[in-house]
Amino acid sequence: MSASITGDVRFQPASDQSLLIYFGESITLEAHERVRKFLRLLESEPFAGVRNFHPAYCSVLLDFDALKMTQDELQGALSARLARIDEFPLPERRQLEIPTCYGGDFGPDLREVARLHGLTPEQVIEMHASATYVVYFLGFVPGFAYLGGLPKAIATPRLATPRRNTPPGSVGIADDQTGVYPFDTPGGWRLIGRTPISMFRPDRSNMSFLSIGDRVRFTPISVEQFAALKSA
Amino acid sequence: MSSILIQSPGLLTTVQDLGRQGFGTIGVSPSGAADSVSLRLGNRLVANNEGAAALEMTLIGGAFAFPDGGIVALAGSDFGARLDDSAIDTGTSVEVRPGQTLRIGPTRSGARCYLCIEGGIAVPPFLGSASTHLLSGLGGFEGRALRKGDVLQIGLANVPFRRRTIAPRAVASLSQRNIFRVTRGPQADWFDESSFRAFFAATYRVGEQSNRMGIRLDGGQIAQSKTASMITEGVSLGAIQMPPGGLPIILFVEQQTTGGYPKIANVISADLHRLGQLRPRDEIRFELVTFETARALLIDQQKMLASPESIIE
Repeated sequence: MSASITGDVRFQPASDQSLLIYFGESITLEAHERVRKFLRLLESEPFAGVRNFHPAYCSVLLDFDALKMTQDELQGALSARLARIDEFPLPERRQLEIPTCYGGDFGPDLREVARLHGLTPEQVIEMHASATYVVYFLGFVPGFAYLGGLPKAIATPRLATPRRNTPPGSVGIADDQTGVYPFDTPGGWRLIGRTPISMFRPDRSNMSFLSIGDRVRFTPISVEQFAALKSA
Repeated sequence: MSSILIQSPGLLTTVQDLGRQGFGTIGVSPSGAADSVSLRLGNRLVANNEGAAALEMTLIGGAFAFPDGGIVALAGSDFGARLDDSAIDTGTSVEVRPGQTLRIGPTRSGARCYLCIEGGIAVPPFLGSASTHLLSGLGGFEGRALRKGDVLQIGLANVPFRRRTIAPRAVASLSQRNIFRVTRGPQADWFDESSFRAFFAATYRVGEQSNRMGIRLDGGQIAQSKTASMITEGVSLGAIQMPPGGLPIILFVEQQTTGGYPKIANVISADLHRLGQLRPRDEIRFELVTFETARALLIDQQKMLASPESIIE
């Protein structure tokens, strides 16, 4: 019941009721596509005894009921299904915009990010808003999307000491990732702006504003536009 | 429907059931009772479905008025409880007459005590569960811990009162032990032999900052032999992650769903409920078992919980 490799998929037990399935060992769009296909497979053909799944950059964690099956039985059943992973075509990616008011009180780390890279705050904004990002997965807290595709010139490590509070809608950078905090949580990402959009809406059928696989752009807006959108 | 009035909420009291499974893709963790075994047994005492919603109290109980009466049971740690002027036992069902008040004190043993009420706490379900997720303010009663003056509705119930008690054998299996059994974590090989041994030799103290999201441990620091940074991946309940400082954090019921720190080990499912009874400054150790042993222990625990002999009528 140790780690095993089937084709180019690697199984790694994570606990007595969970299994990690690695589709690659680095962050690539190719591994991401296979993660999405695997999710399609799990959604199209629900797997008895599997209770939950957590996609990430190049892996999926499956939580299963160990009263119903062993690690070996799960791995065996998965191997058979993974052979058919390419039978699950992916839907077209959605394109979404996140209006963002950069800098000032909304982006307390913008100046420091600019300084670390020898750029002006305006250049950081322009670069951040020029890229198209991909939602690799949602994790950490409800509705938190990990967005890949940040221009290397503004990739910045996390704060040495995380903040105790990050206001909802805060747009942050951590290494070469960017993302939006849906809730007031502790957080170590460097905050460069804020969106008036609600990233997690429990009263809607589509609770999370972003879904895995979406394409996303950030659009700069003024403080006035922020206020208008917030109250809309 | 009958109701209960929160006269005093205690230190941290929330509505919990067995949590919500299946929403990992949108970042929603299961949440649910920190000591799910006590919740299940408590619900059986009052003839509820074992996953009915109840109140989870932390370290200090509260005061609850029952204008319409009800059938209740306390399960988990003994917090010392009185119904008006009479002491009542934890682990035994009790009939509350209309107008009586249940007062629950500070803990005499572990961290959590459950107040189960026949009919269950009725709150609007969020993604199929009544559990409160404090960090995101979702689920439970208005997504938050209870406050003085809150009024909670109780589900319909019409089963006549019967005195039921958790069997001593079942209680014994729940009692505080300071050794937690673990399986190897997915990054166990990021730690060399001496670090791995040091982890199992160490006695850790539960940190003050521990909560339903994570249990922070103080004690010997464990060095990591591999310095590569990890790619964020899904994390399981009870995962013991090692941040760069080398002090472990056990991910708990309100855990983040993904994380980027290496996991040296994972608490076995049969011991997860005991994490819910850890108090700050408790001392614990870890013991390595195989995946086969972990599964056998879970099956034994399930047999015990499902057994009619766990509850004495």
